[in-house]
Amino acid sequence: MIEALQYEFMRNALVAGLLAAAVCGVVGVYVIVKKVVSISGSIAHASFGGIGLGYLLGINPIIGAVFFTLASALTMGLVTRRTKLSEDTIIGILWAMGMALGVVFIGLSPGYAPDLLSYLFGNILTVPTSDLLLMLVLDVVIFVVVIALYKELLALAFDEEFSKAAGVPVEKLYLLLLGMIALTVVVLIRVVGIILVIALLTIPATLARQFTHDLRKMMLLAVLFGVIFTLGGLWLSYLLDMASGATIILLNGSVLLAFFAVRRLRRRKSRAEVATPAG
Amino acid sequence: MSNWEIIRLEDVWVRIDGATILEGINLTVEDGDFLGVIGPNGAGKTSLLKAILGIIEPDNGRVTVMGKSPRESRKYIGYVPQHNAFDREFPISVGEVVLMGRNIHTGLFRRYSREDRKMAEEALSKVGMLEHKDRQLGKLSGGEQQRVFIARALVTEPKLLLLDEPTSNLDSTMQAGFYELLKTLKQQMSIVLVSHDISAVSVYVDKILCLNRVLCYHGDKNIGPDILQLTYQHPVKIIAHDENFHGLSGGHEHHD
Repeated sequence: MIEALQYEFMRNALVAGLLAAAVCGVVGVYVIVKKVVSISGSIAHASFGGIGLGYLLGINPIIGAVFFTLASALTMGLVTRRTKLSEDTIIGILWAMGMALGVVFIGLSPGYAPDLLSYLFGNILTVPTSDLLLMLVLDVVIFVVVIALYKELLALAFDEEFSKAAGVPVEKLYLLLLGMIALTVVVLIRVVGIILVIALLTIPATLARQFTHDLRKMMLLAVLFGVIFTLGGLWLSYLLDMASGATIILLNGSVLLAFFAVRRLRRRKSRAEVATPAG
Repeated sequence: MSNWEIIRLEDVWVRIDGATILEGINLTVEDGDFLGVIGPNGAGKTSLLKAILGIIEPDNGRVTVMGKSPRESRKYIGYVPQHNAFDREFPISVGEVVLMGRNIHTGLFRRYSREDRKMAEEALSKVGMLEHKDRQLGKLSGGEQQRVFIARALVTEPKLLLLDEPTSNLDSTMQAGFYELLKTLKQQMSIVLVSHDISAVSVYVDKILCLNRVLCYHGDKNIGPDILQLTYQHPVKIIAHDENFHGLSGGHEHHD
């Protein structure tokens, strides 16, 4: 691994992994506690429309994704809040429409899209320095928002009814949260790909939740787990010559499953010990 | 102090998704009142509170709180929403919940001041929960949680306290303690309590309001079965008017 770092692509991969882990830990915690996993999944898939738009306009597809994903997140937020349609339904519709737009845009663009698969499944080994800069900017934006509006976002996540009465602009904050999720999705696309984003948004935060009841500590732990899983996954994929995005996700998922399995076994064991005291 | 109008509703109509929830409500609540709002499910009790809070804009009519619009008076209103709204597993401490009540004074983008924290501690000690400040909310009993939510409402030092079904998940012993707490609070503020528990309410409140889309009755708490029947559209009896029997639930039909 160390000798691999002499290559620029490997150094970029390392930085990309760290930038991705940092935001997915912080925003992932909100996704978990506010229970917006499905809408986040929908935002992630809709971002494909932005990738397609980027190809069509001949710009960096990631730049296309920034604007398109933000727009679809805000649309989802407004439609779910302002209409009587159930959130579930809207999530399903916009999920598919975003992807469909992506397919159409790519079809309309001249030539063909050579690195399309890397947007769908991620390829941390091919992140160019320009994208790293963009990821860094998005990371900074998200951190600034979370620090500035920490108490408002907590109020939004915990109790909307009360917060409304206390004059907290609940709807705007909800849209802001969805916007942050959209930006996080864009940061993660290069690392694990559109289809796998949702795992990185949920698994480190879920694991962190098992160790603490404090939202701030939960964020710190989720970032730490994110870093370990992303870099660990990268190393494993290098070692085993497997796709990096998928390896990162599988490492995430396996650790989470192993954690719950071990905890269950331990509890069963301690219950058995209580039932038959040694004597 | 007395006879000062805390709440005034003039011909208030609320429609949600085409259904009329409140119909021509006229109401005044005076300073120092402890008003119990009763009525069947779907009678518009929660909507009435939300109209007073300014969360719901009436389609017709006017709501004034302390002579101003609800939005302008929000700072002086403490609110305890219905209990089902929150997630027991939410990673939040008791102290953080209470501080949330300060949001309206602290303002956007700002951190809680030392003053905010001091007031949160005072509110917690008022409801006897200061020692639990650092515990996770979900680990407390239902009665303790309800006290925390009251503390969150009190931390703004309100002149008016609105409670929506605060005893729905408390057993009768907890309910008794809870109403005792309200008894001490009513010295300092006006209270509007929404409940389906007619018997308990009638023991502790001073005045009763019967609501079933329209206002059926507002006045002295000693009401007869005729008014209840009008409110609930079927015969209802109050089981106990005696302090020793608080916590029994009303709303039963006659079987004679």
